[in-house]
Amino acid sequence: MTTLTRPSTPAVARLRPDVSIGAVRVWLRNRDVFLRLWKSELSGMVIEPWLVIAAMGLGLGRFVELDGGEDYAAFLGPGLLAAFPMFTTVFESGWGSFVRLEMQHTYDAVIATPVSVDDVVTGDLLWGATRGVMSACYILLVELLLNPSLHMVGSPWIVVGILPVAAVLGLLFASISIMFASIARAMSQFQYFFNLLILPMFWFSGAFFPFESLPEWARTIGWFLPLTHAVNLYRDLNGGDLAWSMVGDFTWLLAATAITYVLALALMRRRLIV
Amino acid sequence: MTTAAPRPHIEARALTKRYDDYTAVDAVSFEVQPGEYLGLLGPNGAGKTTTIRMITCFSPPTGGELRVLGHDVLRDPRSVKAGLGLVPQDENLDPDLPVAKNLEVYGRYHGLDAPTRRARAAEQLAFFQLEDKAAVPVHELSGGMKRRLMIARALVAEPTILVLDEPTVGLDPQARHLVWQKLRQLRNRGVTMLLTTHYMDEAAHLCDRIIVMHQGGILAEGTPTELIAEHAGEAVLELRLPATEVEALLAPFEAGPGGVDVEEVEGLFYVFGAGPAAHEVATRLGDPSRAFVRPGNLEDVFLRLTGRGLLE
Repeated sequence: MTTLTRPSTPAVARLRPDVSIGAVRVWLRNRDVFLRLWKSELSGMVIEPWLVIAAMGLGLGRFVELDGGEDYAAFLGPGLLAAFPMFTTVFESGWGSFVRLEMQHTYDAVIATPVSVDDVVTGDLLWGATRGVMSACYILLVELLLNPSLHMVGSPWIVVGILPVAAVLGLLFASISIMFASIARAMSQFQYFFNLLILPMFWFSGAFFPFESLPEWARTIGWFLPLTHAVNLYRDLNGGDLAWSMVGDFTWLLAATAITYVLALALMRRRLIV
Repeated sequence: MTTAAPRPHIEARALTKRYDDYTAVDAVSFEVQPGEYLGLLGPNGAGKTTTIRMITCFSPPTGGELRVLGHDVLRDPRSVKAGLGLVPQDENLDPDLPVAKNLEVYGRYHGLDAPTRRARAAEQLAFFQLEDKAAVPVHELSGGMKRRLMIARALVAEPTILVLDEPTVGLDPQARHLVWQKLRQLRNRGVTMLLTTHYMDEAAHLCDRIIVMHQGGILAEGTPTELIAEHAGEAVLELRLPATEVEALLAPFEAGPGGVDVEEVEGLFYVFGAGPAAHEVATRLGDPSRAFVRPGNLEDVFLRLTGRGLLE
């Protein structure tokens, strides 16, 4: 009899994703749940931009004077498109995936079918990105509705550019969040993820005040934060002046997405296949 | 078509699962034939669940060979899982979806189209007497209903092999008998079944053949009747007496192979192999609370083989 000895964890070390149509089926499961619970799911997303624009654009904005006399609401417009969809994706792919992984054991149920771990991660990630894109599009819609008085949308380019930028930003934050979910042992650990990574990024990526006003060292740190590059892209699109730097920002986001995606797959395989 | 015997649905050769510090399954070899109901019987920690996890591609084997429906579990897990329906030990129904939708979404994971999965879901709910719960959230079901729904879910894609890990653990006797009844009825559909259990009555009730596992290895294998005849015998004498009295009582008997064998579990002595003399001893003592003869069962088989009880 031949006894084959194989490495104990072959799947974990594999870099090439094992993705099939199963990923779409996982996405569809999430969509089905969303459509059942859409009222509660949407309430936050629908109200939030109005509150933020009222408080920051109208309230705070009256006391803020930017260099060059730019209106604060107009400055805030592209920043909001990046910052709030990030939250939507982080909640969906971080907390949501952790609940499905650890509390509900939904992932275990799914991978007992022909769907692979990579399919589950990819499907959940696509869903997190979908939610991010939905959120970005809705905020843009609100900004367009308020545009006659607040001038938050400065160029039609943003209407064209929002889909690719929101999509890559969604995929990146979904990957980062699932990566964290795959190593988290308890729900409480998400506090670290959120408070130490997401929240500082939210405030210090140039969404709420001009990035250039920060000291050199802070700008260097900012370059390593994913959200900064999305804010840059939206600002450039909103200014209507398409620059070569946008290729750099977009490539940065794509590369970070590829790296975190492969890591998320490997870490989730390690978590589920033991 | 060949005239040779059909290929076994599960083929394990020297199947091994080693972790850094211990070996959960140690070079076990067995086969499961098409249409067979095979039970893995053993206490917690015997390696039953790890074996199941390897078969269902949740845990890569670290040694040996494992083929399910002809597919290698490491090379082709998708094909393996396409032919399997798994009922895990812990409930993992989708709490975000109502009962029928749980089955339909599962059918979609298996690639069934919408009309087929709706029809299959309805069919399974009817079979498992859950049709009036179709629109109910999963958390409103009782434990027994959840277990039936898990089995229904595993069957929605009409798998060739149904794999159940401790299918009735934690259920009350009524719920458990309903599960048994449904599993027996599946025989008519030609399903192959592999189940783990630490309940000997469950194994005796459902399985054509039993593999007794202990500490990662296989201790014995056979039909329930064979195992009982070989290891427990027709008459088992139970004595609740001080050890010295037991010794005196059994002095006339020959010990060792072919003779009597005594196992003690918490002050209760089990005497195997005494034959008709078992009845004589019991009658002589005349007190059923101290001496009692009963037919052998699978619990005895395990006790004889390991010197320990199944449930502890």
